[in-house]
Amino acid sequence: MGWYNKRLAKSIWVFHMSASPCNNCDIEILDLLTPKYDIERLGIKLVGSVRHADVILLSGVINQKVAPRVKKIYEQAAKPCFVVGVGTCPSGGCCFNDSYNIVEKREDVIPIDMYIPGCPPKPEAMIEGVAKLIGVLNG
Amino acid sequence: MNKNVIPVGPFHPLLEEAEYFTLTVDGETVVDIELDIGWMHRGHEFISEQKTFTQSIFLVERICGICSTSHPLALVHAIEDVDNIEIPERAAYIRTLIGELERIHSHLLWLGLAGHFIGYDTVWMWAWKYREPVLEMFEVISGNRNHYGMMRVGGVSKDVEPAKISELAKNLDMIQTKLEMIAKAVNDDPVLKSRLKGVGVLTKQAAIDFCAVGPTSRASGIPADVRKTDPKDAYGMVDFKVIVLQNGDVYDKLVLRVLETFESIKIVKQCLDKLAENNSPILNDIKEIKPGEGIGRYEAPRGEVFHYVRTDGTNRPIRHKVRAPSYVNIPTFQASCKGIPIADALITLAAVDPCYCCTERSLKFIDINHDPLKYDLLKISREKTESFRRQINGL
Repeated sequence: MGWYNKRLAKSIWVFHMSASPCNNCDIEILDLLTPKYDIERLGIKLVGSVRHADVILLSGVINQKVAPRVKKIYEQAAKPCFVVGVGTCPSGGCCFNDSYNIVEKREDVIPIDMYIPGCPPKPEAMIEGVAKLIGVLNG
Repeated sequence: MNKNVIPVGPFHPLLEEAEYFTLTVDGETVVDIELDIGWMHRGHEFISEQKTFTQSIFLVERICGICSTSHPLALVHAIEDVDNIEIPERAAYIRTLIGELERIHSHLLWLGLAGHFIGYDTVWMWAWKYREPVLEMFEVISGNRNHYGMMRVGGVSKDVEPAKISELAKNLDMIQTKLEMIAKAVNDDPVLKSRLKGVGVLTKQAAIDFCAVGPTSRASGIPADVRKTDPKDAYGMVDFKVIVLQNGDVYDKLVLRVLETFESIKIVKQCLDKLAENNSPILNDIKEIKPGEGIGRYEAPRGEVFHYVRTDGTNRPIRHKVRAPSYVNIPTFQASCKGIPIADALITLAAVDPCYCCTERSLKFIDINHDPLKYDLLKISREKTESFRRQINGL
């Protein structure tokens, strides 16, 4: 799929999925669209439907109620679709590992390809993460 | 009559959080609205009872990323209430400074999102552009854009360095001039006025009936503000006005938030002046918390946030209860959304600045016969949703 990924990397369309986050990563993701960071100049666009998306930005620990929906949405995405876990929650569970309501293995719900750590990561870190993803796609 | 049901969510392009509305419409008119919550529930109260007080502060900070000072402030107020702990004057000013800066950034965020919801993306871009300097001020003071980690029992964790105060004040002046520009543009715009005036009216009586708090109630003519009625920290020592408007529609809520932002800038300026001259310590060393119970209140950007803590003399709470402002503001949809056109529904829903992360933090379960970790939480979650639904319907 190398040739396909290379074409994908030219203009990445991202879908933002919040699976029980604290809202902070989501606000920082929206912040990326506003004049200071303006990621649309890099060809990255936030889309409303997962069917249009090349990359899913996942934020938050996934709780029991939202997990089936997250799984379903990932299944609906056109493949190849890459999942980027934004923030500490998808990578390490942040401070919620003792909770009774989160799924224990996030990888069973949705395969996460890349993590951007930070609570919340700075918008610069998110841009760097997506740039690294573009580098990987270009081979 | 043909009634249709429109489901919105849980993942919807307009919602940045996962939430699920069911709008029942008759033609174009909304006749009923139901809300299914629990998509954000992480069990904060349960986790908090396994953590020490200082760890809890970091945990409650992560209840919500937008009001990430309100919850820690209410928690430290509650813990200080157990033992009547005094805090140094400088710490009080720093707490108020952080709290008010957060109000500025939260109201600007809401203004931008409201503009986005009614298809006015220019307002969104402007408001968020001038929200950035506020976040930079946070970065200068605390080292992080969000989740500042400033609050401690008995004071604050970081000092505002005197060398940085003039820079912060200059930044604040810049924000004020830009905000005045935005306020004038918003106020003069006839499209915005005709779009928002008289939309989603929450009458004074309805606000009282649903126990609305914060800007939602103040826009309906109820002067409820914890900063004035129960002043903690430096709120008793600074000069500010409580803005109250009468109409209760979306436009009044917008104007109220803009005016409140100017009041917050006024408070921050006074705090910075006081911090420049006053040089006391910032943290009292607290060795232990005696057994007892305490409550803490703080006026978050969305309304009164309430924390209850019961302690048994150890370093962790045996009960910690949180009531977030959105929890009481969300049922007002029943009063404000019925009978309005479907196109106005979303901005009416957005007008109370609902924060679902705050609302859903706190399903707490103790049953000595069951291991809480193995209990069917989906069921509890559904039961809670059912009780919430019953509460909205007044059954």
